[in-house]
Amino acid sequence: MRGSLYNAVFAAGITLVLACLMLGVRLGAEGTTLTVYGAGADRWEWILAGVGLVFLSQLFSTQLGRLSSRIPRPDLGTLKPQEATWKAIKPWLLAALVVGLLVWPFMVSRGAVDLATLTLIYIMLGLGLNIVVGLAGLLDLGYVAFYAVGAYTYALLSEYFGFSFWACLPIAALLAAAFGFILGFPVLRLRGDYLAIVTLGFGEMIRILLNNWTSITGGPNGISGIEKPTLFGLEFSRRASEGTQTFHEFFGIEYSSGQKVIFLYLIAVLLVIVVIYLINRLMRMPIGRAWEALREDEIACRSLGLNRTVIKLSAFTLGASTAGFAGCFFAARQGFISPESFIFIESAIILAIVVLGGMGSQIGVILAAIVMTVLPELAREFSDYRMLMFGLLMVVMMRWRPEGLVPMKRPHLELK
Amino acid sequence: MTEASLYLLQQIINGLTIGSTYALIAIGYTMVYGIIGMINFAHGEIYMIGSYVSFIVITGLLAIGSFVLPLVLFIALVVAMLIASTYGWTVERVAYRPLRGSNRLIALISAIGMSIFLQNYVALSQGSRDVALAPLISGSVLELGSLETFEVTLSWMQLLIWVVTLVTMTALTLFISRSRMGRACRACAEDLGMTNLLGIDTNRIISLTFVIGAALAAIAGLLLGLYYGVINPFVGFMAGLKAFTAAVLGGIGSIPGAMLGGLILGVTEALTAAYFPSEYKDVVAFGLLVTILLFRPTGILGKPEVEKV
Repeated sequence: MRGSLYNAVFAAGITLVLACLMLGVRLGAEGTTLTVYGAGADRWEWILAGVGLVFLSQLFSTQLGRLSSRIPRPDLGTLKPQEATWKAIKPWLLAALVVGLLVWPFMVSRGAVDLATLTLIYIMLGLGLNIVVGLAGLLDLGYVAFYAVGAYTYALLSEYFGFSFWACLPIAALLAAAFGFILGFPVLRLRGDYLAIVTLGFGEMIRILLNNWTSITGGPNGISGIEKPTLFGLEFSRRASEGTQTFHEFFGIEYSSGQKVIFLYLIAVLLVIVVIYLINRLMRMPIGRAWEALREDEIACRSLGLNRTVIKLSAFTLGASTAGFAGCFFAARQGFISPESFIFIESAIILAIVVLGGMGSQIGVILAAIVMTVLPELAREFSDYRMLMFGLLMVVMMRWRPEGLVPMKRPHLELK
Repeated sequence: MTEASLYLLQQIINGLTIGSTYALIAIGYTMVYGIIGMINFAHGEIYMIGSYVSFIVITGLLAIGSFVLPLVLFIALVVAMLIASTYGWTVERVAYRPLRGSNRLIALISAIGMSIFLQNYVALSQGSRDVALAPLISGSVLELGSLETFEVTLSWMQLLIWVVTLVTMTALTLFISRSRMGRACRACAEDLGMTNLLGIDTNRIISLTFVIGAALAAIAGLLLGLYYGVINPFVGFMAGLKAFTAAVLGGIGSIPGAMLGGLILGVTEALTAAYFPSEYKDVVAFGLLVTILLFRPTGILGKPEVEKV
C-alpha cells in the first residue's frame, strides 16, 4: 500500500507539472505585444480533476488491474460459423453485399452517398498501403505522395491535353508506380526506420514541389475545374458542352444533380472491387507469400534464395499504383486539388487505418476505413478534438491491441 | 574581401547558427536511437513545447516587473528544460516503455500517435495561431565590409546561440565521458541486456536519455524561438525532421556525429537558400539525407551495424 501511495503522489505531481504551464496559462496577443492570460477557473477545475483521477487510478492500480482481468472478453472467433457452412453461404453473402452496395445510394440522401464515396477512396488507399506496410512490412510514411502523383496526373493531363478520366486512370496508376519504383530502388536497401524517414521526406518533397512549381501546378492555389468522368462519352451536367450529349438527354429522363453523385459512387465501388480482387489474387500468388515471408524474417527469407529487392520493389510499386488509382479518382470527384490535400497527416490517417484494421487483414482495413471516415462525420461537434483523439487512439491501440481490430489470418490448414 | 565572399561568409554564419540548434535537437534522437533503437518521433514536439514554455515564462516575468534580461532568460531556460524533461519522461513512460521488446513498427506508430497528440494538445490549449515575441536581444557584435557593397553582421543573438550550444555540448560530452551515469549510458548503448545483467537499472538509464534529450531540445526551443521570434504548435514537425536528418547524416547513435551533422545540415540549407529559390531548402535537406543513406548508410561518424541471426 505504501508503494502505491508513493506512486500515486508521484504520478499526480507529474501530471500537475505537465498541466500547469501548458493548460493553466495561455499566450495571447494584445495588439502587437504578447501577454500571458491565466486560464479560466473551469480549466483549473478540469486540471485538478485530472490530477485526482491519476492519483486514484495509481493508488488502486492493482485492484483495477484485477477488476479488468475479470471482465470477460468476447471472442470474435466463435462468431464465425463452421468452415463448411461458411463455404456454402460465402458466395451468397458476397452477392448480397454487392447488390446492396449498388442499390442503396438510390434510396438515401446525397450527402450520405458523398460520404460513402469518400470512404471508398480511403478503403482504396488503405488497401494499397496494406500491401506495403501490412504484407511486406515496409513502413511507408510518405504514401500520400503517390496519391498526389495520381491526382495531379489526371488534373494536369486533362487541363493541358484534354485527356478523359478513363484514359487517365491507367496512366495515373502507371505513373505513380513509376515514382514508387524510382524512389524504391535506392531506398529499399535501408532498414525499417530509415525507410520510414526517407519516405516521409519524399512525401514532403513532392508536396513542396507541387506548392512551388507555380507555372505548371498552380502552386498553393491548386487546379480547379477538373473534368468529371463521363459514361461512354455521356456527360453528367445540365447542359452538354459542344459535340457531346448529356446522360439525362440520352436516356430522356429528368436532370438531377444526384445522378452525378451516384455515378461517382458507382465508379468508386467498381474500383474498390477491382482492387480487392487483384490484391486477393496477389496475396495467394508466390509473390504475395514472399511479401509475408520477408516481413516475418528477412534473413531467413534471403537464405532461402528469395530476391529481396524484387520482393520489396514489387510491393512498393503495387502499393504506389493503387494510390495513383485512388488519386486519379479523387481529383475527378473533387474537381479541385491543391497541395493542401496531400499533407503528412493524410499519410498518418491512412497508416492509422491499416494499423487499426489489423496489419495485413483486408476486412480489417475496410472496417477501419469506414470507422475513420464515418465517426468524425457523426461527432461533428467534437471536430476540434478529432486529431487529438486520433493521436491518442494510435497510442492506445498499440498498447492494448497491437494486432488491430480484425487480426490477419493467413490461409492455412490445420492437422486434426 | 570581395562582395561575393562577404555574402558567402554571412550565409555560413547564419547556417552555423541554425545548424547548432539542429545539433541540440539531434542529440535527443541519436541518444535514444543508440540505446533502444527506436525513432522518438515525438521529439520535435518536445522541442515545440520547450519553445512555448520559454515564451510563457519570458512574457510572464516581463509583465510582472523589470527584471534584468539575463536573469529572465536564465529562469526561462531552467523552467523550459524542467517542463520539457517532464514531458519527455512521461512520453517514454506512457507510450514507449510498455511496448519495449515488441516489433519496431509498433513502437514507431505509437510515437507517431504521440506526436500528433502533443501537437493538437498544444494547439487546443494555446491556440493554433502564430505567437510572436518582440525581439529581446538586438544589435550586433561585429560588422565587416561596408554598407555600399555588402555588410556581414554577427548579431548578439547569433553569438548567444553559439555560446549556449558550445557550453551545453561541452557539458554533455563531459557528462557522458566522465560521470558514472554517463558510463552507464555508454554501456547501455553497447549492449542493453548485458548492462542489465551487470546490475544497472537500465530503465532508469533509458528514462535519463529521454530527459537529457528533452532538456537539450528545450534549450534549442528557447534559442530558436528567440531567434525567429515566431512559434506555432506545428513548428516541431519540420524541426524534428531536420534534426533527425542531421542525426542520420552524422551517424545515428553517435553524439559527436549529431553535432557535426547538425552543423553540416544548417550550412547546406543556408547556402541553398542563398543561391537558389529559398522554398527549395527543405527539398535539399531531404535530398542530402537520401544521398547520404545511399552512399554511406551509417552516416559520417557511425559504425557499421552487423545483423546477426
